[in-house]
Amino acid sequence: MMSALAALLFCVAALLALAVLAVALSRTKLATPLVYGATLLIATTIAIIAAMALTGGATAPTGLTLPLGLPWIGARFRLDALAAFFLVVIGLGAAITSLYALGYGRHETSPHRVLPFLPAFIAGMSLVVLADDAFSFLISWEFMSLASWALVMAHHHDADNTRAGYIYLVMASFGTLALLLAFGLISGPEGNYTFDAIRAAPHSPTSMALTLALMLIGAGSKAGLAPLHVWLPLAHPAAPSHVSALMSGIMTKVAVYGFVRVVFDLLGPAQWWMSAPVLLLGGLTAVLGILHALMETDLKRVLAYSTIENIGVVFVSLGLALAFQANGIGWAAALAFTAALFHVLNHSLFKSLLFFGAGAVLTATGERDMERLGGLIHAMPRTSLTFLVGCVAISALPPFNGFVSEWLMFQTILQSPNLPQWGLKILVPAIGGLLALAAALAAACFVRAFGITFLGRPRSVAAQTAREVDRFMIAAMVVLALLCLGAGIVPGLVIDAISPAARMVLHAVMPEQASVPWLSIIPISEGRSSYNGLLVFAFIALSASLSAYVIHRVASRALRRGPAWGCGFAATGAATQYSASGFAQPIRRVFGPMVLRARIRVKMPPPGDTAPARFDLELHDRVWNALYEPIAGAIGAATESLNQLQFLTIRRYLSLVFMSLIALLLVLALWS
Amino acid sequence: MIADLLIQGVQMALVLLLAPLLTGFTRKAKARLLMRRGPPLLQPYRDLWRLLRKEAVLADNASWLFRVIPYLVFAATWVAAALIPTFATGLTFSWTADLIAIVALLGSARFFLALAAMDIGTSFGGIGASREMMIATLAEPAMLLTVFTLALVAGSTQLSTVAAFMSSGTVGLRVSLGMAMVALIMVAIAENARIPVDNPATHLELTMVHEAMVLEYSGRHLAMIELAAMLKLLLYMSLIACVFTPWSLAPTGSGVRAYLAGGVLYVGKLAVGGFLLVLFETSIAKMRVFRVPDFLGAALMLSLLGALLLFVSRSL
Repeated sequence: MMSALAALLFCVAALLALAVLAVALSRTKLATPLVYGATLLIATTIAIIAAMALTGGATAPTGLTLPLGLPWIGARFRLDALAAFFLVVIGLGAAITSLYALGYGRHETSPHRVLPFLPAFIAGMSLVVLADDAFSFLISWEFMSLASWALVMAHHHDADNTRAGYIYLVMASFGTLALLLAFGLISGPEGNYTFDAIRAAPHSPTSMALTLALMLIGAGSKAGLAPLHVWLPLAHPAAPSHVSALMSGIMTKVAVYGFVRVVFDLLGPAQWWMSAPVLLLGGLTAVLGILHALMETDLKRVLAYSTIENIGVVFVSLGLALAFQANGIGWAAALAFTAALFHVLNHSLFKSLLFFGAGAVLTATGERDMERLGGLIHAMPRTSLTFLVGCVAISALPPFNGFVSEWLMFQTILQSPNLPQWGLKILVPAIGGLLALAAALAAACFVRAFGITFLGRPRSVAAQTAREVDRFMIAAMVVLALLCLGAGIVPGLVIDAISPAARMVLHAVMPEQASVPWLSIIPISEGRSSYNGLLVFAFIALSASLSAYVIHRVASRALRRGPAWGCGFAATGAATQYSASGFAQPIRRVFGPMVLRARIRVKMPPPGDTAPARFDLELHDRVWNALYEPIAGAIGAATESLNQLQFLTIRRYLSLVFMSLIALLLVLALWS
Repeated sequence: MIADLLIQGVQMALVLLLAPLLTGFTRKAKARLLMRRGPPLLQPYRDLWRLLRKEAVLADNASWLFRVIPYLVFAATWVAAALIPTFATGLTFSWTADLIAIVALLGSARFFLALAAMDIGTSFGGIGASREMMIATLAEPAMLLTVFTLALVAGSTQLSTVAAFMSSGTVGLRVSLGMAMVALIMVAIAENARIPVDNPATHLELTMVHEAMVLEYSGRHLAMIELAAMLKLLLYMSLIACVFTPWSLAPTGSGVRAYLAGGVLYVGKLAVGGFLLVLFETSIAKMRVFRVPDFLGAALMLSLLGALLLFVSRSL
């Protein structure tokens, strides 16, 4: 009998072989169903093995050294509870993505640019999670980045996509560099780069602080943590929609895994001050991300910005877990950590679902711009229902899963007066306020996303003539919608499944939820708080159907169709509806001047002139203006001035070489 | 067990039956304050019944969602209202959803109502939904921070426990609770579309928020939405009453007389609350829409300050 780890590595090898096969086959007609079918099979296997390892009681982590990589050293892999949890997320997401792609991939214009890279991408993500030394971790990480970059560049004829790919590549290299430095730092001068050795070695506060900063840069940039988020809303939407779902739903989670692995597991006992930057960055990321999402009109970019928000939310709970862990309040740390992992799972579910929905809209209409959509609920009833489920879930509304993780986070925040440090006592309620604000803005954002795209009247011919998508895509979305509902109404099962990971990382767990009657969840104690998603769902469903039944029986069931009333102004064109940017206008007016530097210019022609009036809106990403433009400008100026060196005469080159030789010798002489 | 279930059942029926009466009372009281005679107290019941029996007129392009939403909104509001102690603590199902979940249930109702407003594709629906969500983005965090304050004082987010703790007499006067109360009242005014945020009686299109959202509804659908709005008013009043004036809530296992007394006093509290509401409404003018963020921003800051005080010291 093969061990679970060996089986998983075998699956990864199969994915890599599939990638090679796809290169050979990709121009044939059979390639698309073959590759996606095989990925579906392998990814399902990965998810099942990982889930069995997570819940099946095989708690002892298993390690394996493969004769790969650097000669004589080999590459180490290990499967423990934390890795198993993230592998479940990866496997599940990848499997459903493949199912979706069985339908979506048929519309792909250049399959040879997608098919080979998708299995490679999934293999890369799985390897990151399984790696047990710094070398294999970094190699897998870079492999994952490059595979996803290739997928972003799949439609490289579009200039926007090329730019997105370029920025992504720069940011990914920068992030890997930070990770490389972080691992160099914690490996110590002897270069003990296996995770076991790093775990055993003591770490000084300085190196811990530096590692934390480097991890926030390295893993944070991949996850989309502000201020390193700028590449994400460009790159994620540029890829084909099922790849966007993988990048937004799953790859950002692999980045979260990297952060958790290093900061919680490898660095040893946490210090309380480590939590402050994580909390602050998380809170700001959440609000900034969702505000940008509210201002976007491109459906996929809305979703990408909302990913940034959710990553902020995850990092806030990780920060809380750090704070509690450092102060020895294990049960609260376990609560915060469980909330974080729960949200990781939730976000992977509903963000994939929403990207699938956006992909379905794109397939049906060829449009991503919400200003040209509308009324799709009539033509695409199944897509719109599943998309609605995703919107409700991501807006943290009961009885769906998003609410449960949000609820657990609020319960954690309510425990933080127990923290002894004054800095945290002031910081945490403010972060709680930011979280609440982000949740409320998310609801507004997804009312807008669903309402403008699927409701109202069609705003273009494409939206008017849309047709429902095929059954593979529908099936994938229905599966995800059911999972969102399931995790929302029986959250206790999910919490119990997470607890081995929490026990491994924090040596503390939440109370077991399976024994709680009626499938409620009780995070701390019965008197403090409890929530029962199943009953809330049952109550709402019951009272809604009961009232509908009674009214139809007793009062009236007559129905008449007529023109819309609209206070007597109905029957005008579809352009009189609220637009996506119009919907966001009140919120832009409240938050815009402060956060987004919104500037509006209205140009009215003089009286008598028949030219149309113009309304221009300018929005700025403050981070982009304040951080990136100066850096890009400085690099540009430096290259510009160095460029002159290319056009010197031979005499000048010789004197330049001579002078630099003198300078180097001088330095050497002064040094010794 | 059976007695507990009975109390829960009575509670569900009571909120449903009292909600139109409360609305009728506020309308009557407001009319009297404006030196008008006003509609009879029972008019809202008659209105609802009339609406229920009329045929519903749907716009040609209304989707299935538009027809489902009234029932969903009503159900979410009703479930939330049924979980707030009105005359007795220790409701059987109070462990199903705590205060945070109740806030989120109301959030669900609002989410769906805003979607319904956008379904027909008229500009009024859009303006209502857009403004409602703008108001909610400030009101909901303020409400949640108020909940934090209450939970920190009582050591629980369970509403029955909070109410029992508040009535135990060990609380005393606290700055944080005062701030929370003011913030909660401001949120309640905004959420129930009352003056100065919105005007429940207006039909001047550009000044309305809630009414603009439900403009396309008629017949039984409109009745459900109206009833949900009435329930929401009752819910907020019961919430404020049960947390800040918890006297007379009958504890678990008390006799029939205690329950009766609790019920009578609850109706009395509602009457006082309704009167104070219309007194406030008649003495203030409606704000411009873009002054509302200032109003709610103040509520947000108050609630944040209240929570912050409790993080600093448990006794403030």
